[in-house]
Amino acid sequence: MNEPYLHIKNLKVNFKTFEGSKNVLNIDELKIFKGEAYGIIGESGTGKTILALSILKLIESPPGEIISGEILLEGEDLLKLSSKSLQKKVRGRKISMIFQDPMSTLNPVFTVGSQLENVIIETQGINRKKAYEKSVEMIKTVKLSDAERVMDKYPHELSGGQRQRVIIALALSCGADFIIADEPTRNLDVTIQAGILKLMKEIQKEMNVTILFIANNPGLISSICDKAGILYRGQIIEKGTTREVLKSPKHPYTYALLNAVPRSKEDRVDLNKFIMKETEESPADGCIFFSKCLKRKESCKKPQSLLKINDNHYVRCHLWEEDIV
Amino acid sequence: MLVKNYIIKRLLLGLMVLFGVILITFFLTRVIPSNPAAQWVGPRATPEQIQQATVELGLDKPIYIQFIKYFKDLLSGNLGYSLRSKQPVINELKTYLPPTLELIFMSTILAVVIGIPLGVNAAKKKDKALDHFCRFFSVGAVSLPTFWVALFLQLIFYRWLDLLPLGGQLDTRIKMLYEIPDYTGFLFLDSLLSGNWVVIKDVFSHMILPAVTIALYPIGLVARMTRSALLEILSEDYIKAARSYGLKERLVLWRYALKNSLGTTVTVLALSIGYTLVNTFLVEAIFSWPGIGSYIATAVVALDYPAIMGVTLFSAFSYILLNLTADIIIALDPRVRV
Amino acid sequence: MIENRFLKTLKAKFKQFKQNVFLLKRNRLTKLAFYGVIALFLIAIIVPIALPSDIHVDQDTNPSEKLLSPSFEHPFGTDELGRDVFKRVLLGTRISLNTALIAVGIALLIGVPLGAIAGYFGGFLDEFIMRITDVFLGFPPLLLAIAIAAFLGPNLQNAMLAIAIAWWPWYTRIVRGQAVSIKERQFVKAANAIGTPSMKIVFKHVLPNCVAPLIVQASMDIGGVILTIASLSFLGLGAQSPTPEWGLMVSTSRNYFLNAWWYSIFPGLAIFFTVLVFNLLGDGLREILDPKTRKN
Repeated sequence: MNEPYLHIKNLKVNFKTFEGSKNVLNIDELKIFKGEAYGIIGESGTGKTILALSILKLIESPPGEIISGEILLEGEDLLKLSSKSLQKKVRGRKISMIFQDPMSTLNPVFTVGSQLENVIIETQGINRKKAYEKSVEMIKTVKLSDAERVMDKYPHELSGGQRQRVIIALALSCGADFIIADEPTRNLDVTIQAGILKLMKEIQKEMNVTILFIANNPGLISSICDKAGILYRGQIIEKGTTREVLKSPKHPYTYALLNAVPRSKEDRVDLNKFIMKETEESPADGCIFFSKCLKRKESCKKPQSLLKINDNHYVRCHLWEEDIV
Repeated sequence: MLVKNYIIKRLLLGLMVLFGVILITFFLTRVIPSNPAAQWVGPRATPEQIQQATVELGLDKPIYIQFIKYFKDLLSGNLGYSLRSKQPVINELKTYLPPTLELIFMSTILAVVIGIPLGVNAAKKKDKALDHFCRFFSVGAVSLPTFWVALFLQLIFYRWLDLLPLGGQLDTRIKMLYEIPDYTGFLFLDSLLSGNWVVIKDVFSHMILPAVTIALYPIGLVARMTRSALLEILSEDYIKAARSYGLKERLVLWRYALKNSLGTTVTVLALSIGYTLVNTFLVEAIFSWPGIGSYIATAVVALDYPAIMGVTLFSAFSYILLNLTADIIIALDPRVRV
Repeated sequence: MIENRFLKTLKAKFKQFKQNVFLLKRNRLTKLAFYGVIALFLIAIIVPIALPSDIHVDQDTNPSEKLLSPSFEHPFGTDELGRDVFKRVLLGTRISLNTALIAVGIALLIGVPLGAIAGYFGGFLDEFIMRITDVFLGFPPLLLAIAIAAFLGPNLQNAMLAIAIAWWPWYTRIVRGQAVSIKERQFVKAANAIGTPSMKIVFKHVLPNCVAPLIVQASMDIGGVILTIASLSFLGLGAQSPTPEWGLMVSTSRNYFLNAWWYSIFPGLAIFFTVLVFNLLGDGLREILDPKTRKN
C-alpha cells in the first residue's frame, strides 16, 4: 500500500508511582492505513487506554509521562505539537475518541443536546441554530429514537445503551476521519453490545472512517476489524490480519487468551494447561511473557523482536515454529 | 418524590432548630441576668419601682408561663423594648436593617466577582505563583481580624491617602445640598435610581471601605472552595473527553468545569452570609455605618439586653433560613445534585 | 486473636506516623507554621516570667511618655497611658493562648463524649443529642458567644465559657460521624461479641480513631477561638482594662489611632499572625492526615 495514516514508532510511556517510574507502554511499531479497522486486544491494565490517550496526548502529566517516540498522523508528529495546535487542528477534527464509560465521560450538568452542539459549533464553526439541527441528525445516525426529546435529556436520565450511543454521536459529530474506540461496549450487556457493534460496522462502511478498536474480547475484534494486534503488558506481542492472528495464533499468550474460555457455565478451564504459575520474574530485557510461559527457555531471556511469519502475520516469539501445547 | 420528602424534612428540622434557638435566647434573657426588672427600671430605682416592674413584666409568674408569653410575643413580632431608647426593638431593627443589607449584598457580589475567577485561575495554574498567592490569600483572609482591617483601611485611605471618607453613609454637605432619594430604603440603590451622579459617587465612596472589609472573608472562602472543587473536577473523565473533542480550553474550564463546581460554591456562599452578618457587628461602628452592627455594638456596651436579644434572634433566624435555602437549592436542581 | 490484629494495626500506624512526619517535613509552609506555633508558645511561657507583672493591675503607666511613635526604646510605641505597646503585645500572647486552649479544652470535654455516645449507641440518644447540637449550630458561632458573654457579664472568664459553649457542637458532630463509621468495623463487632462493656469499647476503640480529625479541627479552631476572643474583647465583652489583651488594645486604640497608628496596627498584627499560624498548621495537618487530599 502507500504510507500509513497513523504510524506509531517507539512510543514509551511511564507512570510515576511510590516505587519509582514504571514503564506501562512500549510500542515499537504500529501502522494503521486509511479506511482500515485495526483492533487492539489485551486484558485490563495492559495499557490499551493509555495507548488511546497518548495518541491524543491526553495523559495526565503527573503521574504519566510520554518518555519517547513518534506518533505520525499523515507524516506529522503529534507529540511535537503544542497543546493549542493539538486542540485547534487534531483533536476532534482529525482524530476523535469513543470512551469506555459513558456515565463518567458525559458532563452531568449539561444536556445531551448542548454537549453535541458545543462540539459541532467548535469543530465546524457554524451557528447554534444549524448546530441544533446537525445534533439531531447525529442522534438519528446512532439510531436513537425520538431525537428531539433526547436532546433535552441529562446523561443520568438515559439508559446505559443510550448513553453509549450518545458518546458515539459525540465522537462522530467532530467530523474526524479517524476514530479511536476504547472498549465502547465494556459496561453493556450482551444484547446491547451487539447493537452497538452493528452500528459501528455500519458507520465504518458508510462514512469510511479509520477505526482503532480497543477491546479485551477477541470476539468483538473479529467481527469488525481487518487487522489486529495483541497487547500484553504494554508491548505488542503478535499482530497481523485478524484472520491470521485469531485463527492461528503463534504466541503462547495469544493462544491462552483465545482458548482459555469456558464453553458453558459448567465448564471449568484448567488454566494450568495454558500458563505457568509465576515462579520467576520476567527478565528485564527479555520476553515479558517469560514468567507465565509454558515454553520458556534460556534463550527467551534475550531481547525479543517482532519476527515475520508471513506478510500478514508477525509475532514476538522466537519459538513460534514449535507447537504451542 | 424523594426530593419533596427531603425538603419537608429540612423544613421541619429548621423549625425545630428555630424553636430551640428561641428556647436558648429565652434562657439567656430570663434565667441568667440577676434581676431583669431592676435592669429595666434603671440603676436608681427604688425597691417599690422594681417590685412594680417585676409584676408588669410578668416576671413573678412561673417560668413556663413566662416562656409562653415570650413565645407569643415573638410570634406577633414583639421583641421587647430597648432599655436605652425605650422604643420597640422591632422598629429599631427595621430602621437599622437596610444599610447592613446593602453591605452584605455588596460583599457577596465582590465574593463572586473576585473569588470565583481567583479560584479558577489558581486551579488552572496549579502550583505556580497565582496558586500560591490564592492559597495564602484564602488562609490570610480567614485569619484577619475584621475590625483591624477596617482600621487599617481607614488609616491608609483616609489618613494617609486622603481618598475616602472616614465614616457614615453620606457627606453632611451632600445631605444639605441635594435631595436624598428614598424609594426603596436602600441608599445605594436609591441613588442609582435617581441618577444623581454626585450623590451616587458620594454614597459609593462611603460604602466601599466597609464593603471591602467584610468582603475579604467570603472572597477568601469562595476562592478556596472554587479552587479545590475545580481541581477535583479537572481530573474527571468528562473533562478529558471534552478536550478530546477539540473544545477550546477556555470553554472547558469556564463552562464545563466551573458549572459542576457551582453547587458547592452556592452552599458555601450562603453559609458565609451568616458569618458576614456577624462580622458587620465588628465593623459598622468603626465606619459609623448606621446598620444593625452599630446597633448591637452600642447595645452590648450599654448592656441593653432586649436589643441584644433582638439582633441575636434576627441573626440566628436569618442564618437558619440561609442554611435551609442552600439545602433546598441543592436538592431541587437535579443536575447540581450529582 | 484480637491482640494480634491490634499489634498489626499498631505497626501499620507507626509506619503511617513515620510517613506523616516525612510529609510534614516536606511541606514547607506547614513546617514554618509549626515553628511559628512553637515560637508563640515560647513567648507565652517565657515573657511573663521574664517581665513579672500582674497583668490585671495597672502598672508601668507613664503619663509623660504617652503616645510615642515607635523607637528603639519602644519598638511598638506607647499607648495613651504611656505603657510600652511591645511589652503589652508580648504579654497578650499568654492571655490569648491560655484562654483559647482552655476554651477549646472545655469544648472538647463536653463535645467529644457526647459525640461518641451519640454515634456509638445510636437510636433515641443519638437523635436527642444531635438535635441539641443542631440547635446550637443554628447560631453563627461568634453570635452565640456574644449573646452568652453579654448575659453572663463582661469579663475574660465568661468570654472563655461562652466560647466553649458555642464551640462544643462542632466536635460532637465530628466524633459522632467517626463513631458511626467505626461502629460497623470488624474489630468493634468482635469486641462486642466477646462481651466487652460498651463504655470500654467507646474508650478503647472509638475514641482513638477520632483523634486525627479532632487534632486537625482543634488546631484550626484555636486560631478561630483567638479571633473570637479578640472580637469579644473588642466589643467590650471579654477582657477588661487593664488586661493587655490584643482585641481590647485595638478597641482602646480607636480613639487615638488616626494619629498613633502603631497602637492599632501592632496588636492587630499579633492577632493576625497568631491566627494565621494556627490556621496554616491545621491546614497542613489536614492535608497530611486526610488520605483523600494526599498528593501522590
